[in-house]
Amino acid sequence: MKPALPPDGAPLLHTASTAPFEPYAVERMTPEQERVYLASQWQLMWWKFRKHRLAVISGVFIILMYLTVIFAEFLAPYHYTTRNTDFIRAPRQEVHLFHEGRFLGPFVYPYTQRLNMENLKREYDIDRSRPQPIRFFCRGDDYDFWRLVPGNLHLVCPPKDGTLFLLGTDRLGRDMLSRIIYGGRISLSIGLLGVGVSFILGVIIGGIAGYYGGKIDLFIQRVIEIVQSLPHIPLWLALASIMPPSWSPLLVYFGITMILGLMDWTGLARAVRSKLLSLREEDYVVAAQLMGAKPARIIGLHLVPGFMSHLIASATITVPKTILGETALSFLGLGLRPPITSWGVMLNEAQNVNVVALYPWLLYPVVPVILIILAFNFLGDGLRDAADPYR
Amino acid sequence: MLLKYILKRILLMVPTLLVTSALIFTVINLPEGDYFETLAAEMQAQGEKADLSRIEFLKTEYGFDKPPIERYFHWVTGLMRGDMGYSFEYQRPVSEIVGDRLLLTMIVSFVTIIFTWVVAFPIGIYSATHQYSWGDYGLTFLGLIGLAVPHFLLALVFMYFANVWFGTSIGGLVDPQYLNQPMSWAKLRSVLEHLWIPVIIIGAGGTAGMIRSVRANLLDELQKQYYVTARAKGLPPGKALRKYPLRMSLNFFISDIGDILPSIVSGAEIVAIVLSLQTTGPLLIRALQAQDMYLAGSFLMFLSFLTVIGVLISDIALAILDPRIRLQGAATK
Repeated sequence: MKPALPPDGAPLLHTASTAPFEPYAVERMTPEQERVYLASQWQLMWWKFRKHRLAVISGVFIILMYLTVIFAEFLAPYHYTTRNTDFIRAPRQEVHLFHEGRFLGPFVYPYTQRLNMENLKREYDIDRSRPQPIRFFCRGDDYDFWRLVPGNLHLVCPPKDGTLFLLGTDRLGRDMLSRIIYGGRISLSIGLLGVGVSFILGVIIGGIAGYYGGKIDLFIQRVIEIVQSLPHIPLWLALASIMPPSWSPLLVYFGITMILGLMDWTGLARAVRSKLLSLREEDYVVAAQLMGAKPARIIGLHLVPGFMSHLIASATITVPKTILGETALSFLGLGLRPPITSWGVMLNEAQNVNVVALYPWLLYPVVPVILIILAFNFLGDGLRDAADPYR
Repeated sequence: MLLKYILKRILLMVPTLLVTSALIFTVINLPEGDYFETLAAEMQAQGEKADLSRIEFLKTEYGFDKPPIERYFHWVTGLMRGDMGYSFEYQRPVSEIVGDRLLLTMIVSFVTIIFTWVVAFPIGIYSATHQYSWGDYGLTFLGLIGLAVPHFLLALVFMYFANVWFGTSIGGLVDPQYLNQPMSWAKLRSVLEHLWIPVIIIGAGGTAGMIRSVRANLLDELQKQYYVTARAKGLPPGKALRKYPLRMSLNFFISDIGDILPSIVSGAEIVAIVLSLQTTGPLLIRALQAQDMYLAGSFLMFLSFLTVIGVLISDIALAILDPRIRLQGAATK
C-alpha cells in the first residue's frame, strides 16, 4: 500500500522529522544509569558496600566501639583503678525495672558481703528489699579526660551509698565493665597502630619490589617467604621478652605495636607488588617517567592511589590479627603489663582454671575480643567485594 | 623434571634456614646482658658471695668471651650435627631436656593437620554442593566462629566448661604417671587419649579457613563449562563431581597447608601453655624469660624448621599433583 503520489507540480511529501537532532536518542540512558556512569570510584564502592548488610552492621558496630573507647572516661561508671575493697570478686549486679510490680526505672539491688568461715570464700547476698535507682549524668570518680582535662561527669553512676558492678569485680574489687571499656582503648588502638606500621612497611617494600622488578623483586620475595614461614607467635614471644623490664608502660606499648607490625606486612607487600607489576606498564607511568618523575613520586602519587581501596580492604583484614596478637602476648604476661589495662592484661588474671571456675565473670573480656574480631572480618569481606565495583 | 623441582626446592630451603637462624640468634642476643650476669646479680641479691671465678670459667667454657659472630657459627654448626647446645638453667644438654617434648610437639602438629583435612574437606564439599541451604549457612557460621575465636581463648573456655560440667581438668597431654618415662606403647595410648582436645582447639582456626576456601574454590569450578558439559552428557552428579572439579580443588587444598602450618605451630605453643601440655610451649616461655639462650634459640630454630619442612612437603605434593607448577618453575628461567 504505497501512499498516493501528490499531483504533478505539487511538492513531495516531507518525510523528515522536524524535531531537533538528538545524536544519543538510540542509546539514551535513564537517569539512573547515568548516575552510575558518572559516579566516582569511591561512590560506586559505597553503593556496592551498602548492599552487604552484615558488613554495614559490622562497620557501625566498630564505629560504636571506637566511639565508646574514645569517651571511656565519661561512659565508664568507675575509674579503672578504683578499688572497692569491700567488694572483692563480687558477682555481677542485674539491672531491674520493676520492684514488686511497681515501675521504678532502672535500679539495682544492693548486696552484702559475708565471709564463709568454712572455706573462707566471700559470699554475696542480694538484698531484695532496698531498690537503689541508678543515677544518670552524675558526678562520680575523678578522672583526667585523655590525661588532659580533669572532670568527674559520668553517663551512669552507682546509686548513692551503693554499688554498680554490672559485670562483677576482679580480685582487687575493680569494676569489670569499667575496666573492659578502658582496656578497649589500648586493645583497639594497638590494632590500628600495628596495622599502620605494617601498612607503611608493606607499601614501601612491596612498592619497591613491584616497581623495580628483576633481582630486587626476587630478593624481596625471598625475604617475604622467609618471614611468612616463621611461626609468628613464638617469635613475638622472643621479641617481647627482649624488652627491658625498666621500660615505662608507654614505651612498652609502642614496643609491642612495633613488634606486631613488624611481622604482618608480608601479605600487604605481596598485594602491592602484584598490582604494581601489572600497573607499571601502563601508559601513564611511562608518561610520568618521561617527564622525569622520581620512582618514589610515581609509586606514591600515580600507582598506589589507583588501588588504595584494595589496600584498605586487605589492611582491614589484618586488624583482628594484630588485636589478637596483643591479647595473646599480654595474656601470657609477655606483652603489656599493669597498670596498663588491655583485654589481654585482664585475661591474664583468668589464666588459672580454678579461679575461672569460681569467678566466671573474669572471662567477660573474651566477649568484646570475639565480637570485634568477627566485626572486622565481616567488614573486611564487604570492603573486599566493594573494592571491585565493576564486577 | 619432578626430581629437579624437588632438588631446587630443597636447595632453596638452605638459605631460608640460614637467614632464619641468623635472625633468631640476633633476637636471642639482643637483650642487655646474658645469663651469667643475671646469675651473678641473683647470687649477689641473695647475699651469697658471687663466685666470680666460676662464672668466668663458665663464660669461657661456653665461648661468651668470643665475638657474637664466632658464637653464631659455633651454634649453627652444632645444630647441623644435632648438638643443640647446653641449657644453663637446667645444667643439662638441650637435647636431653627437649627430646620428648619435640616429639610431642610434632605429634600434636601432625595430628592437627590430619584433623584439619579430614574435617574441612567433606564439610567444604557439602557447603559448595548445597550452596545457600540451611546446612551451608550453619556450617559457614560455625566456621566463622572457629576463625574468630583465638586458640588460647577457646582453650580457656573449653577448660572452663569441662570443669563446670564434668568436674575434671582436661589439661596435660599424658597421665601423670608417664610423665618422666621413655616413650612406650602405654604412654602413646595415654597421649592419644588426651590428644583430641588440643587438636580440636588448635585445628579450629585452620579448619574454618580451609572450609571457606574449599567452598569458594569448588563453587568457582562448579560453574565452569567442562562441568556443565559433563552434567549435560548425563554423568551422575556424584561421579561428575568426583571426576573433575574435586581434583581441581584438591590442588589448592594441598597448597593451603603450607599457609596454615605456621599458624598451627604458633597456636600449638600458646594452647600448650594454657592447657599445660608437655610440649615445647611452656619451656620456651621460661627459657625466653631466663635468657637461657641456647635452649630458647634451639627451640625457635626447631619450630621454624618444622614449618619450613611442612611447606616443602606441601609444595612437593602440589608439584606431583599439578604439572603446571613444576613446568612454570622451568619456563621462566
